Amino acid sequence: MKSALRDACLSAAIALGLFAPMVGLVLDNGDQGLVLRGRPIAAAVLVALVFVGRFGMHLWADRPGKEARAIRASRVVPAGVNKFVAPILLGAAIMLPLTGSRYYVDLGTLVLTYVMLGWGLNIVVGLAGLLDLGYVAFYAVGAYAYALLAETFGLGFWTCLPLAGILAAFWGVLLGFPVLRLRGDYLAIVTLAFGEIIRVLLINWVSLTHGPNGIGDIPRPTLFGLRFGMDDGDDTFAGFFGIEPQTVHRVIFLYYLIFALALLTNWVTLRLRRLPLGRAWEALREDEIACRSLGINVTNTKLTAFATGALFGGLAGAFFATRQAFVSPESFTFIESATVLAIVVLGGLGSQLGVALAALVMVGGLEMLRDLLSTIGEQMGSALFSGLAGDLPTYRMLIFGLALVVMMVLRPRGLVSGRTATAVLR
Amino acid sequence: MIYGLIAVGYTMVYGIVGMINFAHGDIFMVGSFLSLIALLSLASLGITAVPLALALTLLFAAGLAALYGWTVERVAYRPLRGSFRLAPLISAIGMSIVLQNFVQVGQGARVKPMNALLPGGVELMNDEGFAVQLSWMQIAIVATTLIVLAAFTWLVTKTPLGRSMRACEQDLKMAGLLGIDTDRTISLTFVIGAALAAVAGLLFLLYYGVIDFFIGFLAGVKAFTAAVLGGIGSLPGAVLGGLLIGLIEVFWSAYFSVEYKDVAAFAILILVLIFRPSGIMGRAEVEKV
Amino acid sequence: MLTVSDLTMRFGGLTAVDGLTFQARTGEVTAVIGPNGAGKTTVFNCVTGFYRPNSGGIELLHPHGARFALERMPGHRIASRAKVARTFQNVRLFAGMTVLENLLVAQHNTLMAATGFGVMAVLGLGRYRAAEKAGMDKARVWLERIGLVDRANDPAGSLPYGAQRRLEIARAMCIDPVMLCLDEPAAGLNPRESEALNQLLLSIRADGCSLLLIEHDMAVVMRISDHIVVLDHGKKISDGTPAEVRADPVVIAAYLGEGDDE
Repeated sequence: MKSALRDACLSAAIALGLFAPMVGLVLDNGDQGLVLRGRPIAAAVLVALVFVGRFGMHLWADRPGKEARAIRASRVVPAGVNKFVAPILLGAAIMLPLTGSRYYVDLGTLVLTYVMLGWGLNIVVGLAGLLDLGYVAFYAVGAYAYALLAETFGLGFWTCLPLAGILAAFWGVLLGFPVLRLRGDYLAIVTLAFGEIIRVLLINWVSLTHGPNGIGDIPRPTLFGLRFGMDDGDDTFAGFFGIEPQTVHRVIFLYYLIFALALLTNWVTLRLRRLPLGRAWEALREDEIACRSLGINVTNTKLTAFATGALFGGLAGAFFATRQAFVSPESFTFIESATVLAIVVLGGLGSQLGVALAALVMVGGLEMLRDLLSTIGEQMGSALFSGLAGDLPTYRMLIFGLALVVMMVLRPRGLVSGRTATAVLR
Repeated sequence: MIYGLIAVGYTMVYGIVGMINFAHGDIFMVGSFLSLIALLSLASLGITAVPLALALTLLFAAGLAALYGWTVERVAYRPLRGSFRLAPLISAIGMSIVLQNFVQVGQGARVKPMNALLPGGVELMNDEGFAVQLSWMQIAIVATTLIVLAAFTWLVTKTPLGRSMRACEQDLKMAGLLGIDTDRTISLTFVIGAALAAVAGLLFLLYYGVIDFFIGFLAGVKAFTAAVLGGIGSLPGAVLGGLLIGLIEVFWSAYFSVEYKDVAAFAILILVLIFRPSGIMGRAEVEKV
Repeated sequence: MLTVSDLTMRFGGLTAVDGLTFQARTGEVTAVIGPNGAGKTTVFNCVTGFYRPNSGGIELLHPHGARFALERMPGHRIASRAKVARTFQNVRLFAGMTVLENLLVAQHNTLMAATGFGVMAVLGLGRYRAAEKAGMDKARVWLERIGLVDRANDPAGSLPYGAQRRLEIARAMCIDPVMLCLDEPAAGLNPRESEALNQLLLSIRADGCSLLLIEHDMAVVMRISDHIVVLDHGKKISDGTPAEVRADPVVIAAYLGEGDDE
């Protein structure tokens, strides 16, 4: 008890050192240049939080019966959860558009995009154990591939979708070939650099990409040749079925499109896992040297993982372009890569369900929280709530970062750990 | 030169713990914010004598950044020692994001220009600068770097602390068995690395006069490139690599296009890693089977 | 079958293997022994392609006549083409994967060839189904030989140490090697496990696979080897049958004299 108190005081002292200058004093951009403004209360609150938190941690850790609980906690999530949660999620995802709420469908589309990206990156990071920090580069390649092909050659979405995927995979091979021989941590930084190179190229290669202005008027996708237009011509969805044209039709169509793409990603991943290739990826993650001794061509195997991940990143990119009808370099920053990585890591490396849950919580949950706060703020006329809502995007990355650290420290194997065997001997 | 100072931190941590400290670039950024805050506080306290103000700022920033370095190691890396190999790397990326957004939330996202606020200090230097391009500022930066590096070299080669650091670098487990407190040594490595990064942050602030919460990312990647170029794990290599990267950037901007300046640094990184992963002064690693 | 000629390997200033020449004959168990630091594992890593020797040649002759210059081949080809399999001093299993999966990964190249570059098998077409069944059957045969059938679906990392060693040997055998290299297979085993290992190795030899092994445990070496090469400080000091080596005064001075104190 006494030592807990002492330790908490020490932590608070350190926190004071950390927060007093950085939070307690603010550099404001005034008219005359920078002005220093004091903010002692915020700093004091943070220090107090650290004190209480640390003290609480000690009390929590010292409570009786610790060992028994630790054993219980360390048990992996029972496999049965998979059986319940996955169909429920799937059902909910299919039913969602029936609510008819445009807001939820839009949100669902956003979440599913991240689910797909997460599943794509999961192949690279979760299965093959290659840390790719530039995944957004392939997303960008896919999006720009579609935007440029549509703009230059007037190709439609369905022609471009596979092309975008193939192009992204091609870039994956191109980048992967030289760098995959490197050790894991070098690979991380090279992919990070690659992501940045792609973005800088997109910004500066104005003649091709229109630079920071981006590319607009990207054609929307069609359903077997039916457009989603507001006129009721025979070639529109509404005209063909003889119903009232509504913009929500397209929104719902886009939702099901990304849903199908995400399911495709999931299906291919699950298939591949049961094949020699997928097993070799996992073996690679476990022990590269042993793989070599078994005659597995390590570089080629990594390359296939990298290219497969890039392929799905590219497909998601093409979808992103067609949904937004506009692409610009600022959609493809390192933050996006980090978000997707956070989703994969939180979900549990290699777990498909975990990735979906993590995307739901991290993207959907935060988005809903923000909207909820701003609604409350509007209704109550409270500046506090709407202010919080406005700040939330800023805090979002802070939360992501903290979540990454906390997850690694507490549950390095993610929310849904435990892996299913790819072959069973009966 | 600035890259060199940051690169030393990367190299040190890599040498001892064998991991890339992704958050290091952000410690540098925090260091330069701390410097700015210190300079402004001192100015408001009426301490405007340039050498004194700079010296105090240096101590303040280096000290507090060291505290940040220590905290980062304690919170995000120490619990993960012995975990699977991607864990500390992911945690480091998380820490980097945390630091960046912590500063963004705490200090605002807008860039912070400095020069107008310290008329005495900065203008004095500018006024006394030669007509040629070598300004007092540049001399000050080179001098500070050399002094700090000299002190640092002394620390590593001559003191007991340096000895235990080098022992840990050779073989962490063995050093632990021989009674060296490895946790403490690793902490100190982070502390020293962070202090050096903070010095770099101060110099960056003085030289460019503008900072924002995002500078750590680019500077971090470039410093890492410098460390790799010089041979990761080698301290003089890191300084040399920093010099080279700086020179390459200057010449690239002069002869080619400024827009692709950052691409150049990344491209070098990739090329070095492909063709000479051990760097200029590094030893080739032999894989233990 | 394996001819190592004038092999030299240096690490910086240290010469780990110095002009080593020896032969391992088809269908025999050849043991490489020597005090710690004699360069045994280095020889091994050269033969299996993990190190590239500074000079010298390593030639492998298959029973049906194909020749391979191992010193010029990358590691994974030595396993897939030249059919030299190996185990590691510190067991290297895919710990998170099941015992069965470990054996299936070892058949990667065979199974991969049947998948039609992955695409066909993803779609569930082609002859992959038959290939997978053959792979499972082979895995089952090996599981029976090492007595781990009932642990087939457990993670490999959860097995007791002796079983992990046996599994590693079985995994190496799943690539259908003509020569199996074992790096201290008996290290850390109790006498009973050690005896089971001897039986396993002898049965592998009976199947026609040659063995090259590094060993510290003299009981194992003397019992199962047909031919022993003794190294000291990177050089060969003796070469012959177990009886010859045991009687060689140079060996007694350099190795057995010191080693037996332990």
